[in-house]
Amino acid sequence: MTLDSGHCAAPGEELGGFDEQLPTLALVGSPNSGKTTLFNALTGLRAKTGNYPGVTVTRYVGRVSIDDHELIIEDLPGTYSLAAISPDEQVVADVLDLDHPTLATPDALVVTLDATTLRRSLNMLAQVLATGLPVCVVLTFTDELTRRQGSLDVAAFQRAVGVPVLTVTGGRRQELGPLRDLLVDWSAWPAPALPPPAEPAEVISWIESVLTTSRYVLPQIDERTRRVDAVLLHPVWGTLVFFAAMFVFFQIIFTLASPVQGWLQSLFGFLSTQVEHHVGNRFIASFLADGIIGGVGGVVAFLPQIALLFVLISIMEASGYMSRAAFLMDRVMAKAGLEGRAFVALLSSLACAIPGIMATRTLPSMRDRISTMMGAPLMTCSARLPVYVLLVGLLVSPSDRVGPIGAQGVIMFALYLVGALSAMASAWVFSRIGRRSGPLLPFYMEMPPYRMPSARSVGLAVWDACRGFMRKVGKIILSTTIVLWVLLNVPVHSAATMEAAGVDVHDHAAVSAYTIDHSAAASVGRFVEPVFQPLGFDWRINVGILASLSAREVFVATMGQVAAADNPDKPAEGLKHLTVQSGPRAGEKLFSPAVLAALLVFFLYALQCASTIGVLRRESGSWKWPAVAFGYMFVVAWTMAFLTGLVVGALT
Amino acid sequence: MSILSVATAPRRRALRSAAQVAADVATDGTLADMSAGESARVLGIAAEHDPAGARRMFDLGFVPGAEVRMVRKAPLADPVVFRVAGYEIALRREQARWVTVAAPAS
Repeated sequence: MTLDSGHCAAPGEELGGFDEQLPTLALVGSPNSGKTTLFNALTGLRAKTGNYPGVTVTRYVGRVSIDDHELIIEDLPGTYSLAAISPDEQVVADVLDLDHPTLATPDALVVTLDATTLRRSLNMLAQVLATGLPVCVVLTFTDELTRRQGSLDVAAFQRAVGVPVLTVTGGRRQELGPLRDLLVDWSAWPAPALPPPAEPAEVISWIESVLTTSRYVLPQIDERTRRVDAVLLHPVWGTLVFFAAMFVFFQIIFTLASPVQGWLQSLFGFLSTQVEHHVGNRFIASFLADGIIGGVGGVVAFLPQIALLFVLISIMEASGYMSRAAFLMDRVMAKAGLEGRAFVALLSSLACAIPGIMATRTLPSMRDRISTMMGAPLMTCSARLPVYVLLVGLLVSPSDRVGPIGAQGVIMFALYLVGALSAMASAWVFSRIGRRSGPLLPFYMEMPPYRMPSARSVGLAVWDACRGFMRKVGKIILSTTIVLWVLLNVPVHSAATMEAAGVDVHDHAAVSAYTIDHSAAASVGRFVEPVFQPLGFDWRINVGILASLSAREVFVATMGQVAAADNPDKPAEGLKHLTVQSGPRAGEKLFSPAVLAALLVFFLYALQCASTIGVLRRESGSWKWPAVAFGYMFVVAWTMAFLTGLVVGALT
Repeated sequence: MSILSVATAPRRRALRSAAQVAADVATDGTLADMSAGESARVLGIAAEHDPAGARRMFDLGFVPGAEVRMVRKAPLADPVVFRVAGYEIALRREQARWVTVAAPAS
């Protein structure tokens, strides 16, 4: 095998989706090796995200101009070895495989090596050098090596490995200069005179000889980390701190974000009212106010939660606490076939499934990410709360008690509990299915020393998450809102038609009720009536379910509109008086206890949320998983609602 | 002694999974048998059923001759943190059992 294959500018060198014929340099390194920090320092805000063809692994690519040279830099997924054991790692192996049919091989590789874990990291360097591509090494965390009384002769290290070596700590500007100059010059990088061996026993001796010639002194145990871990990983104190930290985490996402969301909603509400006042045509005004502004508002409303979540998780990740939290929760999450880090994603889903699903990015394996994503939407999110409050309020009165406790509280608690247990059960089922597609991945997790997160990397993580959400998910949410608005408001009725039908055109509630009763959505509601008939839902409830696809809480206002309630946002009184229009139950109350219980359970399980569908599309990289999620949740929702209706019907 | 077999493919060296060879060595125990604060020396990786997983343990620094120290257990006894090759790593007991070690030097 030849090492120098003409610097490997393979024919048809082209990055899928990035059609520039520019030289491409890929960053290779283990997780926690400072690879992404380096990538961000080099590319800044110019990075693009995409997917590798055929797999659901996120691809980060950025364009860098150095003097008058343009380069493409690609941040490959972090891996400890090129002998891949997961789909994510396979991407790295495939990208570096010159013979891979679909993935173009980069022109050169930049390997980041954490100077404090050099003994382990050299193992991968040996594998990377064996690809024969031009390689340069960036040593990171050399400041930490010195602080912990370790040392390395960088010049001797460069001679020993035979490729260019530079040190860059924390993406510092003055150290990036020489690196940028080196990157431009990639075609002139020397290849090692003697390639490192491939036989593992020989690799061990190669590593030893490199470490000896470069006078490597292994760093001392990080005293600070040892002392902090003695508390944070303590069976009692560590667990207490963990739950306290998670409580604060949840509170921040749940309560700190909601006033900001409230302001945004008021802002968009104000804009809507302005439009309704100033646009003469009632139909166009309503389209602009409720369809467009409401839709954009619905997208923007998620940003406070997403931004806060990513501030928190990037601090947790960069500081090293994420690994500790995962370590403490691993045993519990393993019961659901997941690993410790999935806990944070499921917890975030209690606020909203959108940040929850985005938080699965912290899971290294795509299979675990999918299993977690399939369970996360079942956690009781804040959008279910108004629906639950309305339905539970109709089901039992505030004075009803179960023993000493209010019945409403008991039902709410049960809904939260069943949601969480169902999420875990679903994740377990999907992780079992996932296992069939390959062997169980061994679990290992590096416990990096505690490090100070940089404001820059936290900021970039937040920016990246918000921008990605606005671009990819925003479109889906906005178009769903518009489609639903059209369904609920078309066809248009003239004042004359409404008066002929006996509607007082000056009564706003009566007009909305007439519009919705004769809308396309009502036709859909009637059309799907046979499907929901066994659950006791009539076409009016179906309209509410259809409308709630834009966001679950919309169910409340839509039912208010259907019932021509004076205040559509508090429709309980109006709904109490609705009666069944036809069939064997004609004349009876529509919202019987059985129907209410079935509706509650339906909302617990059904994926009534276009935003979640959109974010699943973005995070899993295809429409397959959102389709699977919507399908299985609908089937479970229908079945569980049917059974609940039967039981409650029999009891009442 | 070959600890792991690696095949060589044309153009690019294929990194093959590991085949454990030290099976005939009388082993004194595995990482899973260690208690907090104990140190031991890695003998080999015994995971014939999962050669790719064994290869990964090797790449993580559990190479024959390496010194391993058991740092601590999680509150529910699993996973376990080990110090090897100058860094700390958590393994579930299931994987810790793969790595055979020489009797802890007490």
